[in-house]
Order: sequence, then structure tokens, then C-alpha cells
Amino acid sequence: MDHTTSEENGAIIITFGGDMVLDSSPDCRKVLLESVAKNMPVLADLSAVTYIDSSGMACMVEALQSARKSGHAFALAGVSDAAMRVLSLERLDSVFSIHESREADLKSLD
Amino acid sequence: MVMTDAPTGPIPVLSRTFRSRADELKAVRKEVTKTAQNVGCGTEDVQDFVLAIDEACQNIIRYAYGEDQEGEITLKIYHKDRELVVMLRDFAEPTDVEMVKPRDLDDIRPGGLGTHFIAEIMDRVEFMPPPLDGGNLLRMVKRIS
Repeated sequence: MDHTTSEENGAIIITFGGDMVLDSSPDCRKVLLESVAKNMPVLADLSAVTYIDSSGMACMVEALQSARKSGHAFALAGVSDAAMRVLSLERLDSVFSIHESREADLKSLD
Repeated sequence: MVMTDAPTGPIPVLSRTFRSRADELKAVRKEVTKTAQNVGCGTEDVQDFVLAIDEACQNIIRYAYGEDQEGEITLKIYHKDRELVVMLRDFAEPTDVEMVKPRDLDDIRPGGLGTHFIAEIMDRVEFMPPPLDGGNLLRMVKRIS
């Protein structure tokens, strides 16, 4: 799994690519929590994620909980049908703020 | 002369043995994907099937073997009628099956959802009687729509 981090419109955007799975989830977790700790809104762009399982989704949940504790937004963008299936299996599709694209999310932060 | 139809048993469609390491799972997912596609599963069924098997393998890696040991996992898939039967075998200490339960989804927290995925996706899931030469044997069945 790879990732890039940038800042736009006062938000941190982490773009993930590849598989978010058991062996890559420690790295995923680290970058998410480090970003959330900066006390800015964080967007995880998953449009280049090829596969995500419960380990990958656990990182998102942990980031969401951490962001909520500090009173900042955490959202997902570019969620594929397969990733939505994982979210719905976990009943998390209504828990996360999910945007079709990073542009849609950044607009919502205006 | 009496002609009878020969009984048709389950057809093996995949047999793979691999080490209990997370980095082995990508190749396993690829092979399971191909297997499910070859027997005619639709896109959603393929995704679900791969996810459930991936989660079951993860459970073996993380909990059956744990961080301190590495062993083998054997995955066999059979196709019979409109069902795919998965037999997943490890050689770790026997699992206390009473401890293997999906957790409450209302408790939103990271982790612990692999068992839930398996139960949601598969039509039947059962731990078979422990094999004589040790380890655990999990049987999962998915009806192909």
C-alpha cells in the first residue's frame, strides 16, 4: 500500500493506493493517526485502493474515533463498490461521512 | 441391464497450501477470485467470497498461530451443484470454538469483525471435528446465486 499526503482548503488529504489489508494496516494506521493528531479535518481518498478488508477498515474506524475526540472532521472519498460492501457489512456506511470525490468533500468544508 | 447415473461428488476446484503470513494472502485472493469466476459467480459473489476466505485466513494467522509462530494453511475449494464448499485447515493449537463469535456491531470500534463478515457472507460455517493429526478445520459453504 502506498500513500501521499497533502493539504488543501485547510484539510489534510491522504490518498491511499493499493491493498489496505492485514500487512499494510500498521502503516495505514500510523499515517491516519498522525494526520488526525494535527487537529485539522482529514480526508482519506480511497479511489486508488484496490482492495480493503476488516484490517484496513479498522484503521479508518480508529482514525474516525480519534478525530471525533478532538472535534475534527474525518471523511472518506472515492469509496469503490467493493469498499462500500465492506462498510455496509460492518454497518459503518452510515457512520462515516462519505463523499463521491475529494472535490465534493473539500467543497463541503467551505 | 440397469443403467444408473453415477453419483457426482464435489469437484475440487482449488487446492493451495501456504505459509501463515499476511504477505501470502494477496496471491491467495487472486487465486480464489479466479476460481469463483471460473465457476460462474457474479461480481458481487466473487468479492464476498474472496473477502470471507481472506478474513478466515487472517484469523488463522493472527489468532490460531499468533505472532510467535508460523505454520501452514491449506485451502481447498469444491464445487457441487450450486454451492462452493471451502475447507480451511491449519496446524496450530485447537481453537476453542466457543470463543469464536461475531461481536456486537453497535459497539463501533476497530477490529474484531472478520468473524462477522464470514457469518454474513457464507451460508454455512462450522468447525469440523479436530483432525487426528492436530490443528483446526473450518468448513464454509456459499450458495452461488
